[in-house]
Amino acid sequence: MTAQTKSPTTSTGLSASLARSKTRENLGRNWYKFSRNPMSIVGLITVSLVVFVAVFAPLVAPHPKHASAFVDFANASSPPCRTYPFGTDVVGRDILSRIFFGFRFSLVMGVVVLALVVPPGVTLGLIAGYNQGTWLDTVIMRITDIFLAVPPLVLALAICSVLTPNLFNAMIAVSLMWWPWYTRLVYGLASTLRNEFFVNSAEAIGASKAHIIFREILPNCISPIFTKMSLDMGWVILIGSSLSFVGLGVQPPKPGLGTMVADGAKYLPDQWWISVFPALAIVVIVLGFNLLGDGLRDMFAAEEV
Amino acid sequence: MTTDILTVTDLKKYFVIGHSGIIKREPITVKAIDGINFAIREGETFGLVGESGSGKSTVAYTTIGMYRPTEGGINFRGQSLFEGQKARPLALKKEIQIVFQDPGSSLNPRRTIKQILELPLQIHRRNGNRLEQIVQLLEMVELPPDYMQKYPQMLGGGEKQMVAIARALATDPSFIILDEPTSALDVSIQAKIINLLIQLQNEFHLSYLFITHDLSLMRNVASRVAIMYLGKICEVAEAAEFFRNPYHPYTRMLLSSIPVVSEEEEKLKPQKIISTGEIPSPVNVPTGCSFHLRCPEKMDVCSEVDPVMVEVEGGHTVRCHLYGQPDQ
Amino acid sequence: MNIPFDSAQGRSPLLEIKDLHVHFDVYGGTLKVLDGVNFIVHSGEKVGLVGETGCGKTTTMKSILRILPMPPTRIPRGEIYFKGQDVLKMKEGELRQVRSEGISMIFQDPTAALNPVFTIGQQVGSVVKYSMEGRKLSRKEIRERAIIPLKEVALPDPERMLDSYPIQLSGGMRQRVCIAMALVASRELLIADEPGTSLDVTIEDQILRLLHRLVEEKNVSVIHITHTLGVVRETTDRVYVMYAGNMVEVADTEELFANPLHPYTHGLMAAVPRLTGGGVSDGIPGRIPDYLDPPPGCRFHPRCPHAMDICRQEKPRFYGKRSGVSDNHEVACFLYR
Repeated sequence: MTAQTKSPTTSTGLSASLARSKTRENLGRNWYKFSRNPMSIVGLITVSLVVFVAVFAPLVAPHPKHASAFVDFANASSPPCRTYPFGTDVVGRDILSRIFFGFRFSLVMGVVVLALVVPPGVTLGLIAGYNQGTWLDTVIMRITDIFLAVPPLVLALAICSVLTPNLFNAMIAVSLMWWPWYTRLVYGLASTLRNEFFVNSAEAIGASKAHIIFREILPNCISPIFTKMSLDMGWVILIGSSLSFVGLGVQPPKPGLGTMVADGAKYLPDQWWISVFPALAIVVIVLGFNLLGDGLRDMFAAEEV
Repeated sequence: MTTDILTVTDLKKYFVIGHSGIIKREPITVKAIDGINFAIREGETFGLVGESGSGKSTVAYTTIGMYRPTEGGINFRGQSLFEGQKARPLALKKEIQIVFQDPGSSLNPRRTIKQILELPLQIHRRNGNRLEQIVQLLEMVELPPDYMQKYPQMLGGGEKQMVAIARALATDPSFIILDEPTSALDVSIQAKIINLLIQLQNEFHLSYLFITHDLSLMRNVASRVAIMYLGKICEVAEAAEFFRNPYHPYTRMLLSSIPVVSEEEEKLKPQKIISTGEIPSPVNVPTGCSFHLRCPEKMDVCSEVDPVMVEVEGGHTVRCHLYGQPDQ
Repeated sequence: MNIPFDSAQGRSPLLEIKDLHVHFDVYGGTLKVLDGVNFIVHSGEKVGLVGETGCGKTTTMKSILRILPMPPTRIPRGEIYFKGQDVLKMKEGELRQVRSEGISMIFQDPTAALNPVFTIGQQVGSVVKYSMEGRKLSRKEIRERAIIPLKEVALPDPERMLDSYPIQLSGGMRQRVCIAMALVASRELLIADEPGTSLDVTIEDQILRLLHRLVEEKNVSVIHITHTLGVVRETTDRVYVMYAGNMVEVADTEELFANPLHPYTHGLMAAVPRLTGGGVSDGIPGRIPDYLDPPPGCRFHPRCPHAMDICRQEKPRFYGKRSGVSDNHEVACFLYR
């Protein structure tokens, strides 16, 4: 096959112009699909605000020092007012500022858990799916099933109560019971994709198994994985808050959202603001990620011509 | 004197799709290919015709290595394609490539055309400027270079199939299996692709195994034709002879059902044989000759004994009790 | 506007599509798919609609039944008259009546058209229920009525078929069930969208014969959509050829095959592989137009070997042939003005 052709374009020129137009068009198309549903935009804005506020908390919180050990009994348990928009708690700390810092714990929890859980979970699912029907598949999926059989919160509680209660161990606990969901999800996708003709073509060409798993099959799983990750942010945060609520996560005086709800529980219904605002903050962050997840799902959906 | 590039010997491929019964657990077997023999000569286009359930696609998938034969073998230029339990060596994978029927699913929707064409080059042609090679491949199938950045969904069905052909050519093969390459495409695009395939065959001295159910198309591309029914070959002949002088009742039935567009062609068709009944599934293969339930010329022996392949004229073989079975 | 309809054969068409424009709003603009479609079916007539993928034939048919999702679809212009009434202006109730008693459709892929989790009996039964004009029937009565169409389509053992699931049936049998469902109530128009494409050629032959027989018996009009010219030649009285959202040629079937006029029809006919051998033609150069930015004037002009200046500027109407075999031959091409 030695047909000589004169190619008028240079290699570098061609690939550069190809790259430019491709990114711009893809971005536009993706935004179009994402923005069809206005609620997705609401989700995106909510999550962006939460992230912004969490990252820049020391700068945007009205009373940044209240986030750590601080007491001001003169202003303890004040209802929402100008200086303290969400009121203060029993020791006088501004709840709004603490919520801003509380977002940090929530986001860290979500990000760290997902970072720990997604790579191994997805990889195991891919390997099991590609080798469907073999002993490898059976071994991986049965182990996954065992982990899935235990109720998640119970497992988390059990682990946390054995270890020292703090955020770090809460993350470990949640990670240990979260990974199987990704394996399950990807296994289903990979075992179907494994029989697609483009995989058979790659095998006929002589591609290695690693190439097929990570370069042919995985890209087709990305959309459900990302959608799940976005929804999971909300769930992980919620579970983290639940653990904090029962005293196994973020420890006082740190301003974890769940911890704050727990602290204020005893003072309901009179000093309602101490529990209610942190609880609303949890609702906002979870809802935001859910709506964002819906938008991502729309964005990744195949286009109908 | 042309040599054979591919020889198929007593090939059988059975699939066990389940078990029946609770106590005995008899395996339910699909005999997709049930003992076929044929040889493809260097440089020829060998046509394989059949309806669904005939096993023609299974022949393609086994040859390319997706399945291992249950019995029998396939040799490429004398070398077995299924040496022991090992995977097929890269040198053999390079020589034999395939173009699948559905262009929509044979190209990964998450990879660009450039990435799709790059894979075979990375594996088999390490040297040389990758980008130039890709542009060359696209030119071979008459597609512009800027198609590289596109995703398969942005291409029409015909264009996708051309990319699939370019990908098959990328390894510099000698033999290409074409499994219904144009069945999913419109007739005007089919014409373009068929002409392209013929041109490429001449330019690069390729041999083709061309599989289709479209007999009119087969008439114009194949040099020899074999027709399959329920896992067995019924008849093999040179193309012109096959269409002019079909022996097997199934061949005649199929030829008489082809929709044609002119009176001229209408006259060439054998007398109309209306097929009654459904196509039996390869799970419940009838005893004796597998076609006897639908055969208008059925005799008593047909339901008991399975006929063997005999040569009725030079290069024309048939498997039917109507024609000179041994010891009759 | 209502056109007075007279059921006497040939007086007024059963179905008439006038200047239909259908657009889809997508990312990047509007797909102007149908660009003034004109189409007529008379009572008791079998009309073929031939066109390649993307020409708009399925869009046209779906517009008749109004089963296109309304955003992103828009119908800026055009009327569809069924028995004299404009379908596009009908209200829910009237439309439902048209769908349950007037027009029915069978699709290309019978496997996708049948719900896999319901039995054949349940699916045919629900069609029976909806065609009863609100009269309540007992389960037994529905079952009895459901067997009749199954028998008409020559399905083996209809009693047992009622309790079978689609997955237990072969492709040919599923298509017969779809035909049975389409003919349950006395319909006047059947739209068959590529009914044999997913079937083997011998089974397709059977199905087309069956369809032929049933429409003769019941005097049903048929619109047979396909991209295979050979099929249309055997099963229709009149044929429309469609390209890129317009009808480009219409004639009695025999006349069209003997005497194709439009350059596109020529190209199509030439591209069909012949049983006589002789190789395959070159096909038609170019590709179908981008509906986001279709070519001005005649949409075929970029690919037409006879394109003239006027073709790039104006759109051709249907022009009747001056002399020839039949009077019903019209071409949308300036060559024949």
